[in-house]
Order: sequence, then structure tokens, then C-alpha cells
Amino acid sequence: MRRRPAVSPLLEVEGLAKRFGGLQAVRDLSFRVDEGEIVALIGPNGAGKTTVFGLLSGFLRPDGGEVRFRGRSIVGLPPHRINALGLARTFQIVRPFPRLTVLRNVTVGALARHPDPAEAERRAAAILEEVGLAAKRDQPAAGLTLAERKRLELARALATEPALLLLDEVMAGLTATETERIVALVRDIHARGVSILLIEHVMRAVMSLSGRIIVLNYGERIAEGRPEEVAADPRVIQAYLGEADEHGPAAD
Amino acid sequence: MTALVLAALGVLLVLPAVLPSYALTVFTFTFFYAYLGQAWNLLGGYAGQLSVGHAAFVGIGAYTSAMLAREAGLTPWLGMFVGGALAAVLGAVIGYLGFRFGLRGFYFVLLTVAFAEVCRIAALNTEAIGGALGLYITFTGNPRQFQFQDPRAYYYIALGLVLAATAVTALVERRRFGIYLTAIREDEGAAEAAGVPTFRYKMLAMVASSFLAGLGGTFYAFYLFSLQPNTVFGIPLSVEIVIRPIVGGAGTLLGPIVGSFILSPLAELSRYAFAAGGWSGAHLIVYGVLLVVVVLFFPQGAVPWLRRLLGRAQP
Amino acid sequence: MAVGLTLIFGVMRVVNFAHGDMMVWGMYLAWLLATRLGLDPYVGFVVCAAALFLLGLAVQRGLVEPILDAPHEMQILLMLGVALVLENAALLIFGPEPQRVRSPLTLSTLWLGPLFVDVARLVTFAVAVVLAAALSLFLFRTDLGRAIRAAADNTYGALVIGVDVRRVYMVAFGIGAACVGAAGALTAPFLPFQPSFGLSASVTSFNIVIIGGMGSLLGAFVGGLLVSVAESLGAVFLSSSLKELVSFSLLIAILLLRPAGLFGRRP
Repeated sequence: MRRRPAVSPLLEVEGLAKRFGGLQAVRDLSFRVDEGEIVALIGPNGAGKTTVFGLLSGFLRPDGGEVRFRGRSIVGLPPHRINALGLARTFQIVRPFPRLTVLRNVTVGALARHPDPAEAERRAAAILEEVGLAAKRDQPAAGLTLAERKRLELARALATEPALLLLDEVMAGLTATETERIVALVRDIHARGVSILLIEHVMRAVMSLSGRIIVLNYGERIAEGRPEEVAADPRVIQAYLGEADEHGPAAD
Repeated sequence: MTALVLAALGVLLVLPAVLPSYALTVFTFTFFYAYLGQAWNLLGGYAGQLSVGHAAFVGIGAYTSAMLAREAGLTPWLGMFVGGALAAVLGAVIGYLGFRFGLRGFYFVLLTVAFAEVCRIAALNTEAIGGALGLYITFTGNPRQFQFQDPRAYYYIALGLVLAATAVTALVERRRFGIYLTAIREDEGAAEAAGVPTFRYKMLAMVASSFLAGLGGTFYAFYLFSLQPNTVFGIPLSVEIVIRPIVGGAGTLLGPIVGSFILSPLAELSRYAFAAGGWSGAHLIVYGVLLVVVVLFFPQGAVPWLRRLLGRAQP
Repeated sequence: MAVGLTLIFGVMRVVNFAHGDMMVWGMYLAWLLATRLGLDPYVGFVVCAAALFLLGLAVQRGLVEPILDAPHEMQILLMLGVALVLENAALLIFGPEPQRVRSPLTLSTLWLGPLFVDVARLVTFAVAVVLAAALSLFLFRTDLGRAIRAAADNTYGALVIGVDVRRVYMVAFGIGAACVGAAGALTAPFLPFQPSFGLSASVTSFNIVIIGGMGSLLGAFVGGLLVSVAESLGAVFLSSSLKELVSFSLLIAILLLRPAGLFGRRP
């Protein structure tokens, strides 16, 4: 880890709240992500993690609270504007452009910074090289395997040249080897100076990647700290076991 | 493919010299509908926003230039741009409402149909533009008035229109604009996440598409010399416009043209076959059947299929 | 009067371009039965419903089912194709002249308290209410009905709990078509019809379904009431040629103002 201490806050979240009908999906949530960090957002299923991503990236409008990115408020901005400011996301259920080629998928992302299609395509090709999809560049995205689609999702977000990347379960459903490769890829991206906020259920990956972990349950932050601190926190254990009690053996 | 297209173009350029007048008419309509299909293609094919109300834009363009010519003596050569601009305004209104209110898929289709029908009924009930009787243009044969003694002039104008629209589309296809439109078609949310201002680009596609369709209205008016609200604003015309790119291949450059060359002769044949009954809907049955067949068996349209066929023929 | 009819429209979530044209076919079938076999439309509607049920089944089985997983646009285009065929086949076979089915009931009228009521409309209304009630009983009280509602609510969930979704869709589509066929036959005695009537029938039913909310009986009732009141008001204050304008303007307004969340899912 080449993390420098005392850096400026990249993302600041204060008192974030979101309600769906009778369900309080996110409740008074505050946290920050500093430049150069890898932060993981974990918690039992339905804890509101993906909702938080939706709120941060502009797909959902919060009922209350404030989100500042690089010092400016981004609440109420449409997703593409937030992306333009340097905050990119991936989707938990991958959403490639199915009938476009792999290269074209990533080019769409690159066009955000490079309006000239030829230049955008060069950038996209380089990113495909990096994520290991270069061989598939001329195939339609619909034909990729799940592991490849996850990487494509990552590549497209990366192509928008974000300062902060929100990764929503990019390892879910992958085999151990595939997971290793994604972990290595995330490390590489981080090493290039991109800060990362990730939602993940694969605990081994979370523990090895993140410098800090935020634990969410019922839309609230119940714990925060370094991986080993969080793992030992009784409230965290309770949250996971509590879920197991209610729904039988835990789904994950 | 390129050589083939150039050869076809060469043939089309010299063809009027040998064509009988009936065939000339069929070709002229083939080009004209291909042009309207290409205008639709930008919005429906590339951006994936299905409109079944494009007749509204043609109608507005047609009535605008015809009225300007009649009442203000403005040459249709300029009037067509006024008509296109007014059509674009309507397009912007429909687009703004539809996209701001988040109408997608079926609901957007309904919105476009409803607007076209409102235009049609409004035209039927506006005596100043001829009402239900329609608007007739006196033939002067004056080229300044977009009128020609020689039907071959219309042939070349229609060909010019479709070539121009295709050139515009080709340009769009290669630029950021075109790439963004296809991304919006594939997955709007993912496009937003990847930095695409989806609302702005959908609006641009809508305005460009309705402007082009509106330009076409002038050709319609001064080729047929009569405008009836039920035909120029009617759903059958919208269907004519939609079906060509769908059959040919929506979102492909040559789709509307290939589609038009498949459909126009087919429509003529079925009209001819049923002409004895003095009945006008036969070609629409054919269209309906074709639409079903294309959706079931060639969802990408004819062009990708042809391309595969040609690709296989080459070593 | 329209309320009973619209009740039927509202309950079925299967809305498409061919809807109105199927209704027109129901009307023509009733007309055929009445003119050729002398069957009163108030009896013949059963046959019409059965025939349209089969047509609906065939369309679903042969055309819609193969592309269930295709993009939504494909289904729209498919139904547009079916609508074109149905409307123009009617035009080809029956000609463009408006027709009307004669029933002895259309000639009789009746004082109902202070109201002067046309017996035909009354019977249509009554039959429609009965049909709607039967339909809701079916949807809420039988296993197949529950399966239909489950599939409509959450296709994936229904799959998980073992509902044969394809069969359910088929039945739902068939019933939807049958309702429309019955509605056509039942309104044929007092509503002159022609092949081009299909679109305005579709628009009216879209209006009602969108206002009323999918699958909600009460919503359909309220929606039907609103739409028919608005359309009759339009007919009173505007010339008959402008009456259609009301339906379409209403459609635009409804599309734009529909309560958020009512259409979180696609039809």
C-alpha cells in the first residue's frame, strides 16, 4: 500500500437518507472516502449498499443529507454530470450494451473525456488490453461470459477516467481464479491513482484489498475501521448472525 | 459491399433514361420513402426511440410549404426549410414531454401516435388549410415553384434526398453523436453511468429526425399536388415510414434503403393484385405479415443478414 | 354504459395495438352470426368470446411466445403487424361501410325511475358487470387466476415458485382477447362499427387501463368512469369530428401525468 497520510477528502457523505415506501433503505449515513483509499462497504443482504451507490451516482435522489464530491455538492445532479466530475460506477447486475462490440462498449465510456472517436477508441483499446479483454474486442458484448462481462463493466467505467470508482459486487458469481484476477486488476487500477469504494460479499477479497471497511445494516452504519478491527467487532458479528437467525442459514 | 453500392448508384443515375413512366413513379416513391425511413432511422434505429407518428412531421412540412407558397408566394425551396423547422419544433415538444416524463417503449409509441392523430384531427377541422377537403396545389410546371414538367426531375430530387439523408446518417454514425445514440438504445441507464447525457442526445436525435421528415413533406406536397389530412397525417403513412428501416435493418446505414426496395415493389404488387376490388388496404396486410415475419425471423432486418450472406461468399 | 365494458379492459394487463382490432372482429362476428344465422348478439357474444379466445391463444402461442425474451420493442412491432393484418383483413372482407347489428332489444326502451334507458345498453351493462365479476372471481379465487396475477406481478418470482409462466401467459392472452371479443359483440347493437374503428377502441382502452392501474378492479372502474365522462363531455361540447381529439388529448395527458410508480414495470 502506497497510501499517503493526511490527504484531502474526495467524497463526503453526511446524513444521507432514502426511503422506499415504508422501508427506510438508508438512514442518516455519514462517511468519507479520501484520495488514494480503497474503502469497502459491506453488510448483510438488503442492508442498503446498492441503494447508497444509486444515491451517490445520481440514479436515486436522496430524501435527505448531503453528498460532496471533491468539495462540491452533487445531490440532484444527473448521473452523466456526476460521471463528468470523476465519479464512475459499475452495476451489480452487469449492464453491457449487448449488441455493441466489446470495444464499442468501452469507447462509449472513453468518449466522455475524448470527443474524437478515433482517440476514444485508442483509449478504449488500451483499457481492454489492461483488463484482459483485448482478444474479444470485436465481439458483441452479449456473447461474453459472466466473468468477462464483469471485466467489461469495469473497463467501461474506467474509460470515463474517474477519480473515484464505485464497484458493485464485481466479484460475485466468479470462480476463485477469476476472483484473483479481478482483485489484481483492482489493485492495478488503484495503483494508478484511482480511489475505490466497493461493495463486496467475497470477504477474502474485501479483507485483502481495503484499507477501511464500513459496515451497513438496515441502512445504518454499524461499524467502521480497518479490516481486522471490523472483523472482531461484536456488532458486525451480530448483524451477520442476526440475519442468519431470521432467514435460516445465511444466503452468502 | 462498397463496390456493390457504387454500382447500384451508377445504375440508378442512368435508369430514368430507359424507364417507362409508371416504373419511374415507383422508383420515385421508393426513394422518397427510403428518405423518410432514413430520417426515422436516426431516432428509431440508432437511438432506439420508437416513433409511430412520423407522419405528423411530414404533414406539418407539407402543409407549411404549400400554405407559404399559396398565401405568401414563398418558393417551396425555402418553404421546405420553414416546414422542416416547424416539424422540428413539434419533434422537440414531443421529445421533451416524452423524455422528461420518462416515457419508454410502448408509452413513447403511444405518445407519438397520439400527437400525430391530434395533428390529423386538427387539420381536418381547420378550414383555413382546406379542412377535410384537403389542400390542392395548382400545377404551374415552374421549377421555382418546386414543380416540373418532366417526372424525371422528381426522380432525381427523391434520389438526392435519400443520398443526402444517408450521407448525414453516415457522418453521424461515425461521430460521438452516433455512438452515443446506439449506447442509449442498448441501455439508457448504463449509458448515463458511462457519462452519456442521454436526455440531450435523445432530444438531438428527435429534432434532427423530425426536421428531415419535415423537409420531406415539401416533396410530398409538390409531387402529389394534393394534401389530405387523413393521408398525410395518417397512421398508414407513419407505418410506411417505420416499416422500411425495420425490414431493412433498423440502426444500419443502408437499412431504410434496402427496406424500401423490398417494400415498395411489394406494395405495388399487392395494390395491383387487389385493384379490381377498388380497395386500398391490401398493401397494409402485406406490411403486417411482413412485420410479423421480420420480428420473428429476422429481428435485425435484412442488411445484417445480407452482409453475412455476402461475407460468406467471399473467401 | 362504457363503464361495464371498460371494466373488462381494465382488469387484463395485456394491452396492445391489436386490442381494438380484436374488438372490431368481435363486432363483425356478432354481425355475421346475426345476419347469417339470426343469432341475437346477446346470445352470440358467447360464440364471439370463444372465437376470440382461440385467436388470442393462437397469437400468443405462435407469435408472442417465441420472442418473449426479445427486446420490448420487438413485441410492440409484432402487435403492430398483427393489428395491421386484422384491421385490413376486416376491410377486405367486410368493406369500409359502417355496420350495425340489429337486436330486438335495441328497439325497446324503458323508464327507470326518472331515467329513460335504452334496454340494449342496459343489458350490455349488466352482462359486462357480470363478466367482470366472474373474471375477478376467477383471478382471485382460482389457482390459475392466482397464477396469472402472480405472473403479472413478478414473472421471475412466479417462475421460482413453480408457476408455468408460459401457460399462464397463454391463458391470460386468450382471456384478454375473449373479453375484447365479448365487449365487441355486446356493444355492436348500438355502436355502429367499421374496420377503422379499431384504433379509437384501442386508444379508449389504453386511456382506461393507464388511468386505472393494471389489474386493479377499482382502478379500472374509476378509470372507465373518468374516461367515459370526459369523452361524452367532449361529444357534447365539440363537433363530432372533434370528439376523437378528446380521446387522444386525454391519452397524451394521461401518459404524462400518470401517477409515478404505477408503471414501474413494463406491460
